[in-house]
Amino acid sequence: MKDAVASSIAVDGLAKRFGEVQAVVDASFRVLQGELFGFLGPNGAGKTTTINMLTGLARPDAGRIRIAGIDCTGNPKAAQHMTGVVPDEINLYPELTGFDNLCFCAALYGMKKKQREARARELLETFGLADAADRKFAGYSRGMKRKLTIAAGIIHNPPILFLDEPTTGIDVASARQIRQLIAGLNRAGATIFLTTHYIEEAERLCGRIAFIVKGRIVRIDTVPNLIQPIQEKHVMELAVSNSQPALHDKLAQAFPHLTFQGLGGGLIRVEAGNPVHVGPLVRFLEDQGAEVNEARRVQPSLEDIFVQITGIEAGVMRKEKEKKGGGNP
Amino acid sequence: MKWWIAFWNILVKDMRAYYLKPPNVSWGLIFPLAWTGMSFIKSGSGLESVLSMLPGVVVVSILFGTTSMLSVTVTFEKKGRSFDRLLLAPIPLVILMLAKTSGAILFGAANAFIPIILAAFLADLSQAAWGTVIPAVFLLAVTSTFLGLFIAVSVSEVFEAQTFSNFFRFPMIFLCGLFFPIERLPLFIRPLSYVLPPTYGADILHGAFGIGNAMPMPIDFALLIVFSMGLFLVSLRNIQRRWIL
Repeated sequence: MKDAVASSIAVDGLAKRFGEVQAVVDASFRVLQGELFGFLGPNGAGKTTTINMLTGLARPDAGRIRIAGIDCTGNPKAAQHMTGVVPDEINLYPELTGFDNLCFCAALYGMKKKQREARARELLETFGLADAADRKFAGYSRGMKRKLTIAAGIIHNPPILFLDEPTTGIDVASARQIRQLIAGLNRAGATIFLTTHYIEEAERLCGRIAFIVKGRIVRIDTVPNLIQPIQEKHVMELAVSNSQPALHDKLAQAFPHLTFQGLGGGLIRVEAGNPVHVGPLVRFLEDQGAEVNEARRVQPSLEDIFVQITGIEAGVMRKEKEKKGGGNP
Repeated sequence: MKWWIAFWNILVKDMRAYYLKPPNVSWGLIFPLAWTGMSFIKSGSGLESVLSMLPGVVVVSILFGTTSMLSVTVTFEKKGRSFDRLLLAPIPLVILMLAKTSGAILFGAANAFIPIILAAFLADLSQAAWGTVIPAVFLLAVTSTFLGLFIAVSVSEVFEAQTFSNFFRFPMIFLCGLFFPIERLPLFIRPLSYVLPPTYGADILHGAFGIGNAMPMPIDFALLIVFSMGLFLVSLRNIQRRWIL
């Protein structure tokens, strides 16, 4: 009971199946009050299905959901006044102006006319959309649409906010602005559940992160705890040309205390428990007929941990960004 | 939570965004006009036939006005996912769907009065029982709107909404006693007429305009209410089953 009060979102054994596909499997986690919680995984991992179940757009097959201490497993309407949702797709009304869209969304939460108009103006100002307030939503740019969708999600000042891939498919500047807004909302006290497939975004914004792969939560921890095991590692990337096919085997034999990984495009990743000495490596490579064009130290990141835990190559995530016309975190 | 604020704003938004748009207003005007003109020319019996055609034209105007608009707008919003925004709001589903359908009910009722106003210039409507006409028009608009909702919830694409609407609407023109009595239909088809709600609306209007009704009006009204409630409840159940996955 104490846990239920401290947690803004408490989920136990949540499961959902669509036909043959098990979209979410036995998901359990807590999101604490005032926390910015990241839900990280590739496309199709079960992020949106989880958000849909938490917000009432999908019915769980099993499990229990409590939002702000209210058990809303069978009755999602019970907690909807406490939550704001920013879906992964823009879903405001193209025929209404930005201002009218916000006022309409506020009315859905029972806000009175004066109150909703004042709040709409305040948010348009905050999100830098005041000049476009009277323009039809259909004429907004993608970044502007995304910002107004976020504004619509927080129009009623919800203490708990669900953000489903808020920066996907928008330009770098808008994505940065949105991340600043999200951080600001969290600083102001909102509990935020953020799904994203941008690892850097999760690392930058979130206090704790859950990794979800094929519907299963494979790890939940704070960002420092997740990164800690690899922070002691020393990583280096070498850009090499004219390399021979058997070069990796030769390197592994010559430097057994180092781990080598080919990243493609002539890039070799070198990992070690101690500092890597570049001199002997470069000399060895040159003796093998290869040319070392660049050697640089790499700071281990959450991406490395994600790859380690999920087995999903970072390249797959990058491709997904590109497929979605993704912004750049 | 003040539901009436949400209800009113959904209604106003739909009226502004859909029903009061010039193309829809013109549809609301032209469609009844075209039906009146067509039926008048077809009958070839002069101005005295206007009154006998009026109930049928009123029913067709309501039926096409409501089902066309509601099935398309709801399917459009569902497809564009703006309907999800309504489902995410803390409004009971019953209130939400009543709000979504109110605009179409008003649109349908307004459509009904266009042929009535036109007929007033061509025929003597002084004998019409307006105390019966008005609730009958309202109930017909409600039933037809809920039929539109039933259609909207049963399809996923806008074009399907249109074609599926016609599956119901066109047979109704011939089977519901709008322009010729059900008694003239082949015996084996008649049971079908009695499971279609416009039959009862048309019967009330025939009585109210002094042409003569086949069934007692309280039964007609009661059956229209039953059809309305049935269609609404089935639609709500379908929304919960199909849209809240």
